Amino acid sequence: MSKTVVIDPVTRIEGHAKISIFLDDQGEVSDARFHVVEFRGFERFCEGRPMYEMAGITSRICGICPVSHLLASAKTGDKLLGVEIPIAGEKLRRMMNLAQITQSHALSFFHLSSPDFLLGWDSDPATRNVFGLMAADPDLARMGIRLRQFGQTILEILGTKKIHSAWAVPGGVRTPLSNEGKQWIKDRLPESREAINTALKLFKGLLPKLSDEVAVFGKFPSLFMGLVGKNGEWEHYGGHLRFVDSNGKIIADNLSEDDYQDFIGEAVEPWSYLKFPYYKPLGYPDGIYRVGPLARVNICNQMGTEAADKELFEFRCLSGGVATSSFFYHYARLIEILAAIEQIEQLVDDPDVQSPITRAKAEVNQLEGIGVSEAPRGTLFHHYQVDRQGLIQKVNLIVATGNNNLAMNKTVKQIAQYYIHGEEIPEGFLNRVEAGIRCYDPCLSCSTHAAGQMPLQIQLFDSQGTIIDEKIRDSI
Amino acid sequence: MAVKRIKINGKTISARVDESILEAAKDADIHIPTLCHLEGVKDVAACRVCLVELETPSGNRLVPACVTQIEDGMSIKTHSPKLNEYRRMIVELLFAEGNHVCAVCVVNGNCELQNLAIEVGMDHSRFEYRFPVREVDLSHNSFGKDQNRCIFCTRCVRVCDEIEGAHVWDVAGRGYKSSIISGLNQPWGTVDACTECGKCVQSCPTGALFKKGSAVSEMEKDQSTLEFLVNARQKHEWTR
Repeated sequence: MSKTVVIDPVTRIEGHAKISIFLDDQGEVSDARFHVVEFRGFERFCEGRPMYEMAGITSRICGICPVSHLLASAKTGDKLLGVEIPIAGEKLRRMMNLAQITQSHALSFFHLSSPDFLLGWDSDPATRNVFGLMAADPDLARMGIRLRQFGQTILEILGTKKIHSAWAVPGGVRTPLSNEGKQWIKDRLPESREAINTALKLFKGLLPKLSDEVAVFGKFPSLFMGLVGKNGEWEHYGGHLRFVDSNGKIIADNLSEDDYQDFIGEAVEPWSYLKFPYYKPLGYPDGIYRVGPLARVNICNQMGTEAADKELFEFRCLSGGVATSSFFYHYARLIEILAAIEQIEQLVDDPDVQSPITRAKAEVNQLEGIGVSEAPRGTLFHHYQVDRQGLIQKVNLIVATGNNNLAMNKTVKQIAQYYIHGEEIPEGFLNRVEAGIRCYDPCLSCSTHAAGQMPLQIQLFDSQGTIIDEKIRDSI
Repeated sequence: MAVKRIKINGKTISARVDESILEAAKDADIHIPTLCHLEGVKDVAACRVCLVELETPSGNRLVPACVTQIEDGMSIKTHSPKLNEYRRMIVELLFAEGNHVCAVCVVNGNCELQNLAIEVGMDHSRFEYRFPVREVDLSHNSFGKDQNRCIFCTRCVRVCDEIEGAHVWDVAGRGYKSSIISGLNQPWGTVDACTECGKCVQSCPTGALFKKGSAVSEMEKDQSTLEFLVNARQKHEWTR
């Protein structure tokens, strides 16, 4: 008799989710689903609001990556105004996004994911968290926390607060970098460089012992999508969109966000509030693609900074070119932190970031605008339609985690098929399934534009759809 | 100058005969919270935040300080547990009646309603939010009106009528269906009487009237301009 295992809630991720695993009559996994069970409806209640408020409103979608929405919204606002923003505005926005990538990736790696591979997949769940890490390796935990603080403090220096700043606006940003802020960043750069180098060394040292995870945690061919610069370099703010397949072949390049509806479709499944974007030319679900750190390092020609380029070379040697295992998201995240720190180092001494000309002002000159930026978790689209006065008529948001929805489902299924055989759920299995999701560092508040914490539940269903086993774990 | 003697919070003070309780208290450096009151225009006691307790032989009576003239021998309490509770309730009702989302408001951090909520100790509203459907008017060249944030203090109505003399604004409807309208209930941008002076925007205590193009927390009201305009008229200090 077939059965279903349900994991609810999923822990150490950002938002609410559950996982269902369907077993056939022989007790083997026939399918698995990652359900996002939050709903907020931002796209609906933004209608009727002035477009100038959108950056502030949409940044409230998330407390982890408000900057991503702030920037994508501000870029969409630039399009509606029909202006080219001052160079200082662009460089300052870039600095903010780099700080955001640093803090968010540090959170994902040190606080959420590293307890699994540093403390052990099967270690006591009560201590398999950042507090357990603090007890086991206080220096490493402190290093991770301070690295995150580095990014968060830059956000505060620029936007006056760490979370939900409304500093980026249509047309640019409100204020330049202060002298005190510049000095603080310069003072903390060496420590941050050292921290990321230590983390990279540590993770690379662990990889030989993690071959099972590399082989099972979402190792499958798929497309990868993200922004690249005009010379194909790693990009997080501007540039153009590129799709690369698992063999490293560029299948679409120089794509503009303005045409996203031509190449991205959004499918809906009745069992999840999270939509399923796919690459339109390949159809649904064959058009599966991944975004985020792994995609960005897979699609770019080079990182564009010295140390990060060396790491990218090593990464590609290790992964054999294009990394198709989602376990390498962690590795890619560390390379991106390094690149972000190097770029912040360059930007902080650029006189433009202290220029007083940071904002272009204009009335609404376009009735439709599409903005894109790379959030820590991947490519983020904001699409607004306004009336002549600038009141929002329609909003569509395609959020990083949504882009990865198909891949996350496939990852859950792959892990379940490897570890689950029979009705008994092996000890440590819950954690491995969750860890497969954590590779993507999903932000479900963002993806459904919804709020909450992130717990996990596993249910086991029989072929008639009856729950025969259930394990629930509170959020940690 | 004729004066009257009154007691406020047990302290005897002298005040001009034509003063209201609010003015007399202010002259004596005694703070009474206000919201619809605006220096330079007539008081209408719309918000009732300035309620004080007037001691009478038949017991204490609640009166709005802004429109109650002083009388010789009056004894007034400006703060008491009962007044504090009423003031907090008034502010809670204002929040429950409209759609006040401070986090994404153009005047977040510079809002008189927000400041008052802090002053009266409102950490949440005990009343169910009504979530009325209200509109935003961006038809004006320079300014916008968001009815969601309006508390019907009518400062805009008074300042436009009494100081600017344009009388663009009025109150329409009754009770909870009231709304502030421009012209003959037409889009603000189509009202010819509007001189685009911006006094209504500067006088608005919330983000209901704002400068177009303002993002979250970006709008700061400058009421010193308003005071200048009022005083300039009285003192004939015209700049043009």
